[in-house]
Amino acid sequence: MANQITVNVVSAEKEIWSGKADMLVAKTAVGEIGLLAGHEPMLAVLVAGEIRISSASGKVVAKTEEGGFLSMESDVVTVVVRDAQLVS
Amino acid sequence: MGAQLRVYRQRIKSATTTKKITRAMELISASRIQKAQQRVAASNPFARAVTRAVSAVSSHADIDHPLTTQAENPIRSAVVIFTSDRGLAGAFSSSVLKESEQLTKTLMDQGQEVVYYLVGRKAVGYFKFRQRESVRQWQGSTDQPQFETAREVAAAVLEQFKQSSEDGGVDEIYLVGNKFVSMMVQEPYSTRLLPLEVVEADEEDNNEVFPLFEFEPEPEAVLDSLLPVYIENIVYNTMLQSAAAEHAARQKAMKSATDNADKLILNYTRLANQARQAEITQQISEIVGGADALSTVSED
Repeated sequence: MANQITVNVVSAEKEIWSGKADMLVAKTAVGEIGLLAGHEPMLAVLVAGEIRISSASGKVVAKTEEGGFLSMESDVVTVVVRDAQLVS
Repeated sequence: MGAQLRVYRQRIKSATTTKKITRAMELISASRIQKAQQRVAASNPFARAVTRAVSAVSSHADIDHPLTTQAENPIRSAVVIFTSDRGLAGAFSSSVLKESEQLTKTLMDQGQEVVYYLVGRKAVGYFKFRQRESVRQWQGSTDQPQFETAREVAAAVLEQFKQSSEDGGVDEIYLVGNKFVSMMVQEPYSTRLLPLEVVEADEEDNNEVFPLFEFEPEPEAVLDSLLPVYIENIVYNTMLQSAAAEHAARQKAMKSATDNADKLILNYTRLANQARQAEITQQISEIVGGADALSTVSED
């Protein structure tokens, strides 16, 4: 896998998950969005739902009830959710 | 002279018990600084991400957002004061209160009214004693701030900010708190929370150019949901900093109290020794004098 994205999931109190991933799927205000490497820079508002990360070590799912936002920039995705919780 | 000796011994005893207490508090604070600093560090990734995102939006789009526009003629300001709940921390709370008085004076000189939001029991006590008004108070969690409290504070000030100043709203919001500079130095500072001047975190390059972002949904909506988060985060960060500073200040204060107790004990021990010696000397001279008197009587 040459093209990977770096994902950081942070909540108000700590960093929840970080690492390399192939794809990230999150639910924004207008619908679900999947991010792959090479995506253009973007800032999106997230709503309640799941954040799914497919990484080399398997799938990681985080859940939020409050939403937050996500920023993607030069293959670095930062998911900022106040109440994020890892589900699996 | 015997009475004198007893008084000295009493003082030594009381200084020793005080020292035990201050030493214990010093050690407790020392261990809590670590934890508080870790919490500040743990909240950093979030703070950095939020700050970055807000600067990205605001530098990218020229948006007139109510939270970033400055009132032309501010007539009322809110000041949020962060003190500690407990005393015995040196000048920790009083220096913040002094700073807030200064800020109040500057604001009043500009012809503004000032309303207060208080965090920490010390600030509440200070205002109560002077019979001054405050809008809201939060007490009981300054040494281990919870995010929930930060949210409440942020929500309360935001609500007042959104009201127009004719209806009792405020035009500007200031935060006054302690900054944790190092273990030895805590600095009171005040900063303007609203209207926002978005500043990048110090460690990052300020001249960085942000790439063209795509916004989902529109930039305005993104900013709308970002700014409250940003404000909550600033408030939370201020509370964490203040907690770390509080523990550091308390450790410093208790350290010097322990040192002072040591000095007192030393001085009183010397005085007690002197008193004991004086007592013995007096007793000897009394015995010698008595024996002398007896021998002269028997010679007669």
